[in-house]
Amino acid sequence: MSGFRLDRGGRVDRTRPIGFSFDGATYRGFAGDTLASALLANGVMLFGRSFKYHRPRGLLGAGSEEPNALISVSRGPGRHTPNQRATAIEIYEGLTATSQNRWPSLKTDLGAINDRLGMFLPAGFYNKTFMWPRSFWDKLYEPLIRRAAGLGEAPSEEDPDHYGATYAHCDLLIVGAGPAGIDAALEASGTAKRVILIDEQDEPGGGALDDPALWSWLSESLKDLAAAPNVTMLSRTTAFGYYHDNFIGAVERLTDHSAEIGSGPREKLWRIRAAEVILAQGAIERPLVFAGNDVPGVMLASAARTYLHRYAVAVGRSVAVMAAQDSGWRDAFAHARAGVNIAAIVEVRETVTPALLDEAQALGIAVQLGHSVIEVHGRHAVKDVTTARNDGTAVNRLTCDALLMAGGWTPSVHLWSHSKGTLAWDEALGAYVPDRANENVRCVGACSGTWNFGSGMVIDRLPTPRNQAKIKAFVDFQNDVTAKDIDLAVREGFKSIEHIKRYTTTGMATDQGKTSNLNGLQIASKALGRHATEVGLTTFRPPYTPQTFGALAGHAQGALFQPIRKTPIDGWAEENGAVFELVAQWRRARYFPQAGEDMHAAVNRECRAVRSAVGIFDASTLGKIEVVGPDAAEFLNRMYTNPWKALEPGRCRYGLLLREDGFITDDGVSARLARDRFHLTTTTGGAARVLNMMEDYLQTEWPELDVWLTSTTEQWAVIALQGPLARQVLEPLVEGIDLSPEAFPHMAIREGTICGVPTRLFRVSFTGELGFEINVPAAYGRALWERLMDVGAAFGITPYGTEAMHVLRAEKGFVIVGQDTDGTVTPDDAGLDWAVGKKKSDFVGKRSLSRPDIVAEGRKQLVGLLTDDPAVVLEEGAQIVADPDQPIPMTMIGHVTSAYWSEALGRSIALALVAGGRQRMGEVLYVPMPGTVISTKVSGTVFYDPEGARLNG
Amino acid sequence: MTRFSAFSLFAKALGGHQSWPEQWPDASPKPGYDAIIVGAGGHGLGAAYYLAKKYGITNVAVIEKGWLGGGNTGRNTTIIRSNYLYDESAHLYDHALKLWDGLSQELNYNTMYSKRGVMMLAHNVHDVQSFKRHIHANRLNGVDNEWLTAEQAKEYCPPLSISPDARHPVLGAALQRRGGTARHDSVAWGYARAAAALGVDIIQNCAATGIRRGANGAVEGVETERGFIASKRVGVSAAGHSSVIMQMAGLDFPLESYPLQALVSEPVKPVFPCVVMSNTVHAYMSQSDKGELVIGAGTDQYVSYSQRGALHIVEHTLAAICEIFPIFRRMRMLRSWGGIVDVTPDRSPILGKTPVPGLYVNCGWGTGGFKATPGAADLLAYTMAKDEPHPINAPYNLDRFRTGRLIDEAAAAAVAH
Amino acid sequence: MLLIHCPYCDEQRAEIEFAYAGEAHIARPPDPSALSDEDWSRYLFIRSNPRGRHHERWRHIHGCGRFFNAVRDTVTDTFEATYKAGEPRR
Repeated sequence: MSGFRLDRGGRVDRTRPIGFSFDGATYRGFAGDTLASALLANGVMLFGRSFKYHRPRGLLGAGSEEPNALISVSRGPGRHTPNQRATAIEIYEGLTATSQNRWPSLKTDLGAINDRLGMFLPAGFYNKTFMWPRSFWDKLYEPLIRRAAGLGEAPSEEDPDHYGATYAHCDLLIVGAGPAGIDAALEASGTAKRVILIDEQDEPGGGALDDPALWSWLSESLKDLAAAPNVTMLSRTTAFGYYHDNFIGAVERLTDHSAEIGSGPREKLWRIRAAEVILAQGAIERPLVFAGNDVPGVMLASAARTYLHRYAVAVGRSVAVMAAQDSGWRDAFAHARAGVNIAAIVEVRETVTPALLDEAQALGIAVQLGHSVIEVHGRHAVKDVTTARNDGTAVNRLTCDALLMAGGWTPSVHLWSHSKGTLAWDEALGAYVPDRANENVRCVGACSGTWNFGSGMVIDRLPTPRNQAKIKAFVDFQNDVTAKDIDLAVREGFKSIEHIKRYTTTGMATDQGKTSNLNGLQIASKALGRHATEVGLTTFRPPYTPQTFGALAGHAQGALFQPIRKTPIDGWAEENGAVFELVAQWRRARYFPQAGEDMHAAVNRECRAVRSAVGIFDASTLGKIEVVGPDAAEFLNRMYTNPWKALEPGRCRYGLLLREDGFITDDGVSARLARDRFHLTTTTGGAARVLNMMEDYLQTEWPELDVWLTSTTEQWAVIALQGPLARQVLEPLVEGIDLSPEAFPHMAIREGTICGVPTRLFRVSFTGELGFEINVPAAYGRALWERLMDVGAAFGITPYGTEAMHVLRAEKGFVIVGQDTDGTVTPDDAGLDWAVGKKKSDFVGKRSLSRPDIVAEGRKQLVGLLTDDPAVVLEEGAQIVADPDQPIPMTMIGHVTSAYWSEALGRSIALALVAGGRQRMGEVLYVPMPGTVISTKVSGTVFYDPEGARLNG
Repeated sequence: MTRFSAFSLFAKALGGHQSWPEQWPDASPKPGYDAIIVGAGGHGLGAAYYLAKKYGITNVAVIEKGWLGGGNTGRNTTIIRSNYLYDESAHLYDHALKLWDGLSQELNYNTMYSKRGVMMLAHNVHDVQSFKRHIHANRLNGVDNEWLTAEQAKEYCPPLSISPDARHPVLGAALQRRGGTARHDSVAWGYARAAAALGVDIIQNCAATGIRRGANGAVEGVETERGFIASKRVGVSAAGHSSVIMQMAGLDFPLESYPLQALVSEPVKPVFPCVVMSNTVHAYMSQSDKGELVIGAGTDQYVSYSQRGALHIVEHTLAAICEIFPIFRRMRMLRSWGGIVDVTPDRSPILGKTPVPGLYVNCGWGTGGFKATPGAADLLAYTMAKDEPHPINAPYNLDRFRTGRLIDEAAAAAVAH
Repeated sequence: MLLIHCPYCDEQRAEIEFAYAGEAHIARPPDPSALSDEDWSRYLFIRSNPRGRHHERWRHIHGCGRFFNAVRDTVTDTFEATYKAGEPRR
């Protein structure tokens, strides 16, 4: 045991003891403790095992830079979170934490065999082996590698928590509420600016929390900020990414620190747009690189100071300091003043300022100048250390139970780099500092690199008389990257820092190299004999610290993932047992099963009803666009393949829309209401696309046309009434429209009222029967539907869904764009050449129809297929061949686009795209299925009522 | 070249790993070469390797403006599959898949190709139709791809939610068992090492600044930051920057370059056994050998070379992942990044000759180039060596945009009705 | 997420209000039938895709609905200008 709680001091609340557990053992800490400080106060030094070698590890840091102490926290079903830093977990009553990446226990971990085998597992070892015998890779080697990798266990149950998200706008965003950030906020608090101040810790103050001399300033300042109405302070909030145009992503943690989870969101995503950003993210201390620098009890000097002052925890009873920086000395003095024995200050520099020596002497601290620690003894905790003069002489042992490292300071330029601000090398700091801004942003305080860090020495690794190739001196603690791994990478020709990073994995652990990147760079620079700036800089990538998937998903979860669009009649369908299908963003009733019916039976019944009596169908999802203006007909004439100018008001026309590349993109029946007004319909999925395309042409190609486009999809409920008795159902309800075939022929539109409600009544048919599509304002849709059901009951009215609709239209050979066409199909391919205006000089896509491949012989054409066995229904998507006996790979000549059981014909039918299909009428083709070949005959596409007598009835 | 094996690893370990040679020398440009490849990604390095290995053209330089493998090779989500619909695509990607198998042994470099299976989720009737069409076409083309019910899909990938109440319920899946992943960096490094061993010069930090053409219009060499390098054969394999290079030769290309983001989670113990893709909710995921969940996002909407994407793309991608795999909602994103993908109008690559004699191109792979690496490399090498395309890449010519003979896989999966 | 100035609304708004609409100033030929296959395919498919200044179109789709033009640097993603459709190329 080494760490312990001091009798006084600190910012923890000693009146509020808190019980928690770690690896099954129970401990007590105080409110204000992190798991790290509380365990340390209980003398726990061993927090985890490293990734590759499973070496025992303690705390390196005290904040979000911590690479070693990764912990899983479980708080009931579904609330398991792996890989959390002990230094960032606030304790609460009942907190249950466990260590990771060890088996069977943290103290006795069999994986530590890797440490003994370390010489065979250098960087990149997996590239060089596991190749023989070849068959062992899938079955043995890879599973072994995978099992050895990973840190904590993933959650295994659905997360019961929910997450929030919000947008915020401000004039000034300050990231980091340390002294520099608070000063900036105080300055802005007197202005009219809207200010947001963000800090990742539970308590604002940053570095001031580690310095009792600043505490009264801190509390006064925070009071002032709290009183300033223009300043919003967000604690426990991490600004994790800096995106274009001063857009900053941040996550606020709301419940993880609290014993009561409550009903609110666990975390909240803040998307902040700031006119100006001030980054005050501070700096992170660097470890020193030497053998044994990862033994539990070896930590950053600044972290020890944090434990000392903020948490009143001493990291040891006799603490040695390994310094290359003045700051290490000051941290030693702080410990000594607090009554912690300082075993010695070991300083790699040969000389330091006399003031430091004087102070050390005054405090009775032994000093070894020009010395380095060359070995750390102890496995689960520091027992003592060996030091030597830098020339390798004067080897001696120093008894201590903790060793602090002061290796220099790395300004936190992560967000600055996300913003694409440039960096400059600061030779004195041995680090990159902000240079030219790319956004409206500036850095203040330690992260700007202009802070008074004191003097020090930048050193790649400590001198040692031992063979550097034989010792493990860690650079990246979590990923177990040692200095010699970096040497090896350089030796093997990896010369860019990005290569070295990827080859050794340094900087790629969950701390993203906060404590390791610069040491890695220095070591590589030395090994390459090139200046650090010639070796390069690895890119900083969001997020600054790992962020929860759920928080980034925000509200977009479950039903809110993507809103589902429902028609006005959807509720009736649901109440009446409809089975739904999802089509684009909509859900549509697919069929309406009655008791004991499967889909097949229900669809057959629905089809029979339409063919023999009357069916009712909710077509409200059809896209609708109102086209208005003197040039409306001219506009449509240019957009669609067919001619529109001669269409008389009151008449409808099937419209076919191509992309400019000549392929079919949409279709629909549209009506001319007046000389200057059309009611267009589009496919369900195509509505937005078509409107956007039309707006594009109208606004940018033909702005001279006087036309207005309005989406009316949601304005109209559309009820299709189809079948020989449709007119009889409709007639008594309609006013002002003569429904007789003479007055109201097929492909006509009339305006009037139905049940007293204004309607646009189309006489159209997608079933081949006498049919009407009744458009009424959406709010009346359901009432009208129910009225039609009432009136139609006497006629056997039957609701039908999309599946029956598909069968009925296929019997008539009507195509569905997107099913029978697929974005590579021209009007001629689809047998829709009749819809192309031959006399038109131009329309969208026309020019592409004469390209060489489009006019070539042998294109796939839509045909019908009739299986030899009428009971066999082909599978949609099945491939068609001419010769079923050919070997694989076969020459495929087409595929089945639609296939159904036709109740009306008492046999199966199919539509297919077949190469040169229309020249193959009557030809026998084959559909090879697993284990069987289905033979089928090519036919026309219209299977039912080819003369159209029923439709015109 | 020192052969890599468990034995050599053991032997070198005893010497403290002091005697490993460089995996490839950091070459400086010579005045001229028999062939130059512009772009040292997996495709370019692989092409150089195959030029040397299969076609005996060893006096080859690969020039790279940054560090090798630093573009899309090192930025993708490493998915490998070949279950494409059209014959042309199936042949192309399956050619690559066959080369993936055994690549580690061929290169003597473990590329960690892992046949863990790629599963594509169907969420609606249209998806089902589309996937069945793929499966049938693949079967007759000799490409493995099978239909799984939702229950079978969950059995194959236990974290999958097949709740019928989901916003986009899983109706089934298409599984290609030979699909999987490989370690992207190792692919680039393995090709680099093997190519260098055959005499190829790999020249990094050497950006192309111009393509020099002679009086007859044919290629004479490449102007670079480090001087002119002569060669009568130049292959461009520059991914997002392909159109910029082609413009140096006076060629306008049907390409646009978009930002594509990807991300990984913190590493966790093995929990996700395969690759899952969903086009409908728009996300895909696998777990790396290191334990990170590797997740792909969609492209940003605008042309850009910034390698910087927007947060809302990541938000949407993770929302999609949480929809399909609700148990991962508490997992955490560790790192996100962007690449630049060059996209053609039909989302299929351009691989073959160009109107400029001696200039060859391999570009337009969009979001799917990694899986094709060995195949594209081999076919580019073939085309450069023979000055004519291989039958597999012949359809991927530039002329298809004139004739209309496009190879549009995305359109074939078009959203419908 | 970009911040985009809509020249019609005269407002800086977030990118999620806008839809990118491809390269700008590629006018549809007045008489496509007069074009060779080659020239027509250039119109359909060839884009400049520059590193640097890019003329492009956006639509303020969740706003005024108007298409407009922009000049943006594709390396920094910084907008130099946005202007109304029909105005001369900047």
